[in-house]
Amino acid sequence: MTSPAPFSRPRPDTQPPYLYPDYASTVKRSPKRPLLRLDHTLSETTGPVFADRWAGPDATDLTSQHKSAPLGERIIVAGRVLDENGRPVPGTLLELWQCNAAGRYHHPVDQHDAPLDPNFTGAGQVVTGTDGEYRFLTIKPGAYPWRNTPNAWRPAHIHFSVFGAGFVTRLVTQMYFPGDPLLAHDPIFQSTADREARDRLICDYDPELSEAEWALGYHFDLVLRGREATPTDPV
Amino acid sequence: MAEKLIPTPSQTVGPFFHLGMAHPEWADLTAGDPAGERIVIEGRVIDGDGAAVPAACVEVWQANAAGRYNHPDDTQTDKPLDPKFHGFGRVASDAEGRFRIVTIRPGPVPGRGNALQAPHINVTLFARGLLKHLHTRIYFADEPANATDPLLSSIEDASVRATLLARPAGDGSPKLYRFDIVMQGENETAFLDI
Repeated sequence: MTSPAPFSRPRPDTQPPYLYPDYASTVKRSPKRPLLRLDHTLSETTGPVFADRWAGPDATDLTSQHKSAPLGERIIVAGRVLDENGRPVPGTLLELWQCNAAGRYHHPVDQHDAPLDPNFTGAGQVVTGTDGEYRFLTIKPGAYPWRNTPNAWRPAHIHFSVFGAGFVTRLVTQMYFPGDPLLAHDPIFQSTADREARDRLICDYDPELSEAEWALGYHFDLVLRGREATPTDPV
Repeated sequence: MAEKLIPTPSQTVGPFFHLGMAHPEWADLTAGDPAGERIVIEGRVIDGDGAAVPAACVEVWQANAAGRYNHPDDTQTDKPLDPKFHGFGRVASDAEGRFRIVTIRPGPVPGRGNALQAPHINVTLFARGLLKHLHTRIYFADEPANATDPLLSSIEDASVRATLLARPAGDGSPKLYRFDIVMQGENETAFLDI
């Protein structure tokens, strides 16, 4: 059997490091030994396939999971999952979770003194369409404090988990909102050195996506690693 | 070819991933009753202070009992696909950092060129404090094919190599293996740059 075509490796400054002391929890959770570089085999280039509703039904409307509508600014978050060669990634699982409009997660560990919303859980999932597309209806999450440093606040964000074509394309990330003054002070956002890469984490307000008298639209594409170009690739 | 896009940076999974990355049923890869020897893998996730890491997320991806991945890129048509085996699993560690996965022993899979890889399970680790996930592999300490596995053979330090080996624990059925993931320090797990 021939060796599978490998995936490209990201430029180091376009991804965060393991050790980033401004984010205090990395200090005891980052490996000290250099990672072992592994050329890709089938173990790395293959990955879970989410056909036939293996992961369960889609849940794309986070505003209708309870008796009444949740509090907060109603938003549409939509976009595509692409690889770095610009090709769509269809049929992959995208999971998302977030806090409510007051900045509190529906999670027992979150003890932030902000109200829970009985009408908001804050979780969804979808398998991407044939063009890599996805769309969620939710509410804008609030900012919340965390104990990284005194008086530290996380910018409003939505967590995304996506798989892609193979084991190496796995990505868990966070989507932020344009113009948030907390971004400049957030070590998690700032941990990626390359500005162009970092800006990929900020969605765009998209008037075309907004629905009149109903919801604001934000566009967010997720870009996963792609195969290395080979001389036989079509131009 | 058009200019490449920069891949989206990773961000930490944070402490509340259970909300969106739920599916506790995915800790059992044998729910569909696949072919192969049932095994259980138990372990702990440990940080650089030797303390338990609760709310870590461990994901696994593996070949079926015949050594074929359930994925279109695996074109080993001489090996059967098992419609009852998907190959992906996920488990969150508990308050003591413990996790438990029920699965089947994977078959050997091809490496690069003509090499054969010893049976292994591919692992990703997510946790608060990890800005991007860590990769490693679970091999089986009682597997003779480890001697010729390309990755294991490339690791000169036996103590580092040993961190990739799940060790049989007890004589029960299904067979129990122990595999701890040490994020930092003495006995730090060999993590992979893929």
